[in-house]
Amino acid sequence: MSEADGLVRLRQPIGVTYNWSAGPNATSHLAGLMNGQFVGKRCPSCALVYFPPRNGVCPKCAKILAGDVEVGPKGTITTFCIVNVPFLGQKIKLPYVAAQILLDGADISMQHLIQECEAEDVRIGMRVEPVWKDKSEWGATLENVQHFRPTGEPDRVMGAESGAS
Amino acid sequence: MALRDIAIVGTAQRPSEVNSTFTSVEILLPVIQQLLDKVKIERSDIGFWCHGSCDYMSGQPFSFVSAVDAIGAWPPIIESHVEADGAFALYEAWVKIQTGEVDVALVFSNGKTTSGPIDQILSLQTDPYMVAPLKPGFDALAALQARACLEAGVVTERQMAEVAARSRRDARNNAVAYTKGNESADDLLAMPYTLNPLRAHDCATPVDGCNAIVLAAGDVARRLAERPAWIRGIDHRIDTQRLGARSMIESSSAAIAAQKAGVARDRIDVAELHAPYTHQELLLRNAMGLSESTHINPSGGALVANPAMAAGLARFAEAAESIFAGSADRVLAHCTSGPMLQQNLVCVMEGE
Repeated sequence: MSEADGLVRLRQPIGVTYNWSAGPNATSHLAGLMNGQFVGKRCPSCALVYFPPRNGVCPKCAKILAGDVEVGPKGTITTFCIVNVPFLGQKIKLPYVAAQILLDGADISMQHLIQECEAEDVRIGMRVEPVWKDKSEWGATLENVQHFRPTGEPDRVMGAESGAS
Repeated sequence: MALRDIAIVGTAQRPSEVNSTFTSVEILLPVIQQLLDKVKIERSDIGFWCHGSCDYMSGQPFSFVSAVDAIGAWPPIIESHVEADGAFALYEAWVKIQTGEVDVALVFSNGKTTSGPIDQILSLQTDPYMVAPLKPGFDALAALQARACLEAGVVTERQMAEVAARSRRDARNNAVAYTKGNESADDLLAMPYTLNPLRAHDCATPVDGCNAIVLAAGDVARRLAERPAWIRGIDHRIDTQRLGARSMIESSSAAIAAQKAGVARDRIDVAELHAPYTHQELLLRNAMGLSESTHINPSGGALVANPAMAAGLARFAEAAESIFAGSADRVLAHCTSGPMLQQNLVCVMEGE
């Protein structure tokens, strides 16, 4: 408690610790990341492949996701934004690109960073591949991937062939 | 405006467990599927979905949004969520059907009560300026109330032990209950205090669980259930959040809600009271004027299985099932929320 300007101020932080469970259906996804693999899940009803596997459930069909499917490691940028705004705790040099990436074989995209190219060269359809951190830094997280970078392959035209529509 | 006749036509509950490794969505999905199969309807027959849960329990803002994955939101559906017990979601669904926009609603609720310190989490419901920073603990607040009731002679420790003994005995016949026992009140009175004047058995058992209920109007309800549990009265009242500004030895909000719901109009065969502490059941019985002829909590009640945010809707499920089974004709379902019975929702249902 402190007194300043005639006011009594009280600071009383409240913290709560939880045991979070990924659930049996998403565990293979996290285990895959610890081995440097992208493991998604297939819906037994509509056959869409989810990476990440959300909560282990297909939201379209309300069915528990079944088989593991390895996807990627390469993918295609489906949309992106260029971040120019500095904010507290920022770790990456501005400007940088945050993109939605559709890994090959997956039907939903996921967000990651694009580096090793000029921000203005990033485009929808650009082919990218992961750059992994040193193995000693790996955990059960997509942060094992430092960022994605362009592969130099021809762009992929996003359209009817993609399940991400 | 004339009210529409609305009834509970089906219920499903997941057996209680602790430290579940499933996600909330994985817990909910099979129960909702089981309910749809039971009532013999498709997801496309549901006009309105309403969900009760609490983000503070999962520690993730907007975690309730992911629960929509459990109900299949394609093609688009009409759904809503209350940051409260599923019983309040049932109240919203009842209002939705009253508007005439829909005839069938599915209400569901879930609580992974054991994934965090529920005693601390629930006490965050208190006034954030004057009370929450003191971190009073939810059980400790109930203990203050119990102490006041004992000192005033409103309840006795023996009566409290009798409530616990009866609940634990009845729980033996309930597949979804968690704590079961065959102790006498004397056995329980010999146990040590955990939060004087409360003993362990005076406090509800935190469990992970979920449940779901289908509500339907008029002839649709008659088609979906052999003996629907018709909602004849439903009312929700709230006492002040200022703990020192209300009487701890009575529940005026429960009394008003019961009166408005029409509890006293006829005898009540079964009352499923959401009382997470033994003395609170006694306070609720007094407030609602329930007589000795009413069978209180044949399920064992929240004392033996308290999935937070789902335990109130479980009371509706249990009460409705006794109508379905023909073992009761007029029943009461109740849900409380907040510290020391701050909020009370009372519903009277009847069989035809």
